Amino acid sequence: MDTDDRLIAALAEDLDGSFEALVRAHQDRCFSIALRMLGDPGDAEEATQDAFVRAYRALGGYGPSRIVELRLRPWLATIVLNVCRSRLTRRPSVARGTLSLDVALPSDLEPRTAEARGPVATVEARGAVREWAALLMTLSPAYRSAVVLRHVDGLSYPELAMVLDRPEGTVKAQVHRGLAQLRAAFETAQQREHEEIRA
Amino acid sequence: MTTDDEMETGLAALLIEAPRSLAPGVLAEVGLADWYARFDSPIGPLVVAWNGLGVVAVEAAEDEVAFEAAHLARNGRPAYPVEHLPDRLATAIDHRVRGGRRVRIDLDLRGHTDFERDVWAKALEIPRGEVRPYGWIAAEIGRPKAVRAVGTALGNNPVPLIVPCHRVIRSDGTIGQYSLGGPANKRSILAAEGLDPDFLETAARSGLRYVGSDTTHIVCLPTCHAAQRITPAHRVPFRSFGGAVTAGYRACRECRPSSGAVAA
Repeated sequence: MDTDDRLIAALAEDLDGSFEALVRAHQDRCFSIALRMLGDPGDAEEATQDAFVRAYRALGGYGPSRIVELRLRPWLATIVLNVCRSRLTRRPSVARGTLSLDVALPSDLEPRTAEARGPVATVEARGAVREWAALLMTLSPAYRSAVVLRHVDGLSYPELAMVLDRPEGTVKAQVHRGLAQLRAAFETAQQREHEEIRA
Repeated sequence: MTTDDEMETGLAALLIEAPRSLAPGVLAEVGLADWYARFDSPIGPLVVAWNGLGVVAVEAAEDEVAFEAAHLARNGRPAYPVEHLPDRLATAIDHRVRGGRRVRIDLDLRGHTDFERDVWAKALEIPRGEVRPYGWIAAEIGRPKAVRAVGTALGNNPVPLIVPCHRVIRSDGTIGQYSLGGPANKRSILAAEGLDPDFLETAARSGLRYVGSDTTHIVCLPTCHAAQRITPAHRVPFRSFGGAVTAGYRACRECRPSSGAVAA
């Protein structure tokens, strides 16, 4: 039995008594999905809270027999993504997909492993995180969500197909196109950097 | 050029830790935990606890460790400190303490008995600037003999000020106890709502329990807004409800003075 199986069994038996364990177990990945979809840490925290509140209410209405059938990882990702999508459409259109490449990354958002690598590596790692985070924001929400779910959250393609409600072949193609666009954006940014250094 | 591996490593590093405030926020929003904040009121510093369902507790402030332990023991939920009350809540409670008009505030009264909730719901019906005896509440909720239990339920009111247990007084007309920092606070809140507690007690000691109007022949509880409009020339005091009925008076439909008249 893996952690999610145990969680599912506990949720089916005592939702109120085990909901906190669900939040603690899945908050990092849900927050990361929201942050990479929305770009802003404050927005992402609100969206993640909203998603967990919706999850709690849904679980309360499901009853044990439906809860035991759930696949927690894709199910929660679907809720987070839905909350993010509605937030993105509510935003004024200027902010959508046109975030500047040098969005500042607050220091508390650095990767958790960074500290162990020493100060120089930390600075480099923080720079790299900021760069990839900013590049992701240049993708359209559809490609961005496919790339984030596959490569940030680490969902499998069958799980991705569930979340995005598309055939597996389609979501694979979305991830690949998203990565191709990301690579192109990365190379453009590098080229610009080289030109700036030469100039 | 960048390799697929580099790109995938870069993206995998975008998985980061959620802010510490996230989980408490979720749990409080669904009512599995509570927030609390200190709040300075005219009757002294208070602690208010609430969650996404409503206000859970209003108490005289004590130190945080003692409050959190007592809160967990009483409600079975942790309480997380925050800097300030939400504006809407702060305004509503401030209005209450200063005798302002009724403000709508959601309450989370899970974990209390139906009887307690009936008592508190009835107390919420008592208008500002008026008081009712314990026996009145007991009669109104269909438990005329449970006067003492009504007193206990009001003493256990977790949200004083919001559920106005300060508007319930002893059947002999004295102001009685108050859970939120003692009887002096009860008097000052009643005074803020436009009543004169000393005058009420003096009148009660002289035997005044009901007031009638000799023009309408309607009898009221002394603080009923209808009774307060009777001019001195037409005010008729009664020591008992039975006495008023014998004299040909009928009960006011607003304050229903017959409720608890026998038990009192």
